[in-house]
Amino acid sequence: MNPNLNLWLIPILPLAGAAINGFLGKKSSRRAVTTIALFFSGAAFAWALWVALRFSSLSLPYQEYLAHWIRSDSFSADFAFYLDQLSLVMLLVVTGVGFLIHIYSVGYMWDDPSYYRFFSYLNLFMFFMLTLVLANNYLVMFIGWEGVGLASYLLIGFWFTKDSAASAGKKAFIVNRIGDFGFLIALFLLIKHFGSLNFEQVFQGIAPLGVETAGAGLLTAIGILLMVGACGKSAQIPLYVWLPDAMEGPTPVSALIHAATMVTAGVYMVSRSHTIFERAPTALTVVAIIGTLTAFFAATIGIAQTDIKKVLAYSTISQLGYMFMACGVGAFSAGIFHLMTHAFFKGLLFLGAGSVLHACGGEQDMRKMGGLKSFIPWTFLTMGIATLAIAGIPPLAGFWSKDEILWKAYQVSWVYWAIGVVTAFLTSFYMFRLLFMTFFGEYRGASVEAHGSHGHDPHGHDADGHGGPHESPMVMLVPLMILALLSLVGGFVGWGHHFEHFLAPVFGSVEAAEVASHGTELLLMGVSVALAFLGAWLAYVLYCSRPELPQRIAASLGGLYQTVVHKYYIDELYGALFVKPLIDGSTRILWQDVDRKVIDAAVNDAGDGARHVSDEARHMQSGNIRSYAGWIAVGSAVVIAFMIWMAVGR
Amino acid sequence: MVPSYVPLSYYLMLGGFLFACGVVGFLIKRNIITIFMSIELMLNGVNLSFVAFAAHWHALAGQVFVFFVMVVAAAEAAVGLAIIIAVYRTRETLNVDQVNLLKL
Amino acid sequence: MHLILFLAFGAVCVGGAINLLAQRHPINSALSLIAVMAALAGEYLLLGAEFVAAVQVIVYAGAVMVLFVFVIMLLNAGEEEETKGSRVAILLGVPGMLTGSVLVAWVVLRQSGNEAVAIGALPGSPQDIAQLLFHDFLLPFEVTSVLILIAIMGAVVLASKPETPAGKAD
Repeated sequence: MNPNLNLWLIPILPLAGAAINGFLGKKSSRRAVTTIALFFSGAAFAWALWVALRFSSLSLPYQEYLAHWIRSDSFSADFAFYLDQLSLVMLLVVTGVGFLIHIYSVGYMWDDPSYYRFFSYLNLFMFFMLTLVLANNYLVMFIGWEGVGLASYLLIGFWFTKDSAASAGKKAFIVNRIGDFGFLIALFLLIKHFGSLNFEQVFQGIAPLGVETAGAGLLTAIGILLMVGACGKSAQIPLYVWLPDAMEGPTPVSALIHAATMVTAGVYMVSRSHTIFERAPTALTVVAIIGTLTAFFAATIGIAQTDIKKVLAYSTISQLGYMFMACGVGAFSAGIFHLMTHAFFKGLLFLGAGSVLHACGGEQDMRKMGGLKSFIPWTFLTMGIATLAIAGIPPLAGFWSKDEILWKAYQVSWVYWAIGVVTAFLTSFYMFRLLFMTFFGEYRGASVEAHGSHGHDPHGHDADGHGGPHESPMVMLVPLMILALLSLVGGFVGWGHHFEHFLAPVFGSVEAAEVASHGTELLLMGVSVALAFLGAWLAYVLYCSRPELPQRIAASLGGLYQTVVHKYYIDELYGALFVKPLIDGSTRILWQDVDRKVIDAAVNDAGDGARHVSDEARHMQSGNIRSYAGWIAVGSAVVIAFMIWMAVGR
Repeated sequence: MVPSYVPLSYYLMLGGFLFACGVVGFLIKRNIITIFMSIELMLNGVNLSFVAFAAHWHALAGQVFVFFVMVVAAAEAAVGLAIIIAVYRTRETLNVDQVNLLKL
Repeated sequence: MHLILFLAFGAVCVGGAINLLAQRHPINSALSLIAVMAALAGEYLLLGAEFVAAVQVIVYAGAVMVLFVFVIMLLNAGEEEETKGSRVAILLGVPGMLTGSVLVAWVVLRQSGNEAVAIGALPGSPQDIAQLLFHDFLLPFEVTSVLILIAIMGAVVLASKPETPAGKAD
């Protein structure tokens, strides 16, 4: 039997931190708020580590029952936690990267007037994300799912006085809801056909079912609907539009939520439901196609963006596409592997971008940066490592995970591999573009003012600027260094299929005999590495040695370039197709017709009617005693008649 | 030979008739005092019914009840007439239609 | 015999009741009410309720009606004036009430059949009534005494002359 690990502590500790900071933080000092926030998130991380240390002695899966929730005749769901290899990986990533980002935020958000609120929300997010990851049934996972959406909304719109931030928060939440609708319907189908949302019960119920062919059937429907939910949460086509706008939030938020953890919830959910997907090949194909297309599509947008955070946002969407591609070809462990390495290097990239913003006084446009490597060397170093990682240059982490995905994709269809490899080329190109534009060449920015645009005051400087970007404080740099280290060595867990074997009890044994030989694998690896180097070299040419070229290329491409820069006008398309008709419909039909003419009219008329009736009835109270007596007589006669009728007339 | 038994219903009809006269008087008359007397008439009709039933069922409690009714009627008459006197003092009239302030 | 006596007293009752309605001057109505009560006392005697008959004459006809007559004389009530009555009372109330009584009468007649009451049917002497009154109905008895006390106080307060404004100003 398993010892009690008290898993519940892991989500509850950040919740306690959120509550304390939320209620008491306004009146507390910065030190107190920091202590609380770091203590509780650090405690959660420490507990997760402790669980990991004891992991090998557990008999899996480990389930911990907290309280019962819904108990009805046909359906029951409980608050209970579930631990297996997959959850352990997610747990460590979420708490580890989360804790590092908490530390980073201490420095980044120090001058913000709502300091306490930020940490309260951040801890709240950790609570929900950990609930999602540790849940033992879809319903508790859904709590976490919705909760991270809420935390995301709160954090994106953290500077809610800014219109664009508030709108971005709304957009994120609403688009997420569309995905959640699909998720919910999938849950309803599960309840109806398997009577439970508990993972074990559902998967045991599915196990005897055969593989569904010809694209029809219950499991296919559930799979596709789950994918719809994942598209919303993990920003895949067609529900990705909220993620670039989410960059309105503070950079640590972008790092934690929109790179490392929340957006990966979709990947986790799909992986957790692999039993369903493995029996629904059509759904799996849908996942793969969406992932692949998204990866390519987002990468094409990323190469033309000028805002450093937007580039990273599209890069996130693209990398998430890779993860879904992996899941879609059945290589779930490869997808999770990439999730983990992506958390490292993308988190690092965002935090580094935050450091750059801090240095440049809030400037986010890369065209106004440049030559920063002499000003902020540590940031440059760590971001360089991250760029190498994401581009897939061996032996850094990104190379191992991305290559695993491409290899598994090739075994299913070379088309996936081809698109994946082209995307890898584009990834390398735009990431190195970012690196070169930001850190190399001449500094093109204005002299740094005392107040940055993200509400953040570079500490200890005069009010009239100080003439140059400066390095970030250690509290911000140490997390960068730790993440850089992880990006360097984190990929080695994949060496020799170790990671895959680790996750094998969850996903089933290594997939069927490999289609191609080891030699082909090395060849493909070589191709993707070569393309990565090619992309890096191209970026070097265009942005370092011949910086005038990009303008000429852009000019010659004319309309195509404009389209890409404007993100293929997808936001405008959605606006015209969905948003505007909805708003018009709401205004004209629902507001003016239904609300005013029907509902308000009903209420008003009810009031008027009551007044009319009482105006008429008022005449009964004339004060004339005899008429009162008359009414009494009539009334009593009626009552007598009724009583007689009851007694006699039956 | 004239029978020496009177059907119960005769007594009840008489009591009911007295009651009905009382109600009609209450509705028709305009003088407060006359209205009051109609009320007393109603009570008397009811008393007759009580006693008739008591006799029919040989139950003594009917008489006791009548006793109580009379006590209450007496008390009510006293208070009611006092009210009428007070009303007369303020309104100088005994016409019930003039006492019409019991309204909104 | 019983029937004849019943009919005689009954005729007095009915006549008195109708006369009460028909008279215009309240004193006439009061006198006919006294006649009704006396006749009712006779009815009670026929039924064997001597005690009740005595109480009826002493209390009702003797005290309450005298009170009525005193008040009529005190207030110098004159003949009734013709004022606009209430339409509801006359149009709705009277027919309604009459319908009610007709219904009740119909039910009573249907149900009654041949039950008859013998002359002097009620058992019991005043001692038996007292027994009931002071044993089984002791509480209501005491409550009625309280009620009378309240009535006395109420009547005194309500009928007393209000204080003159000059007297109150001090």
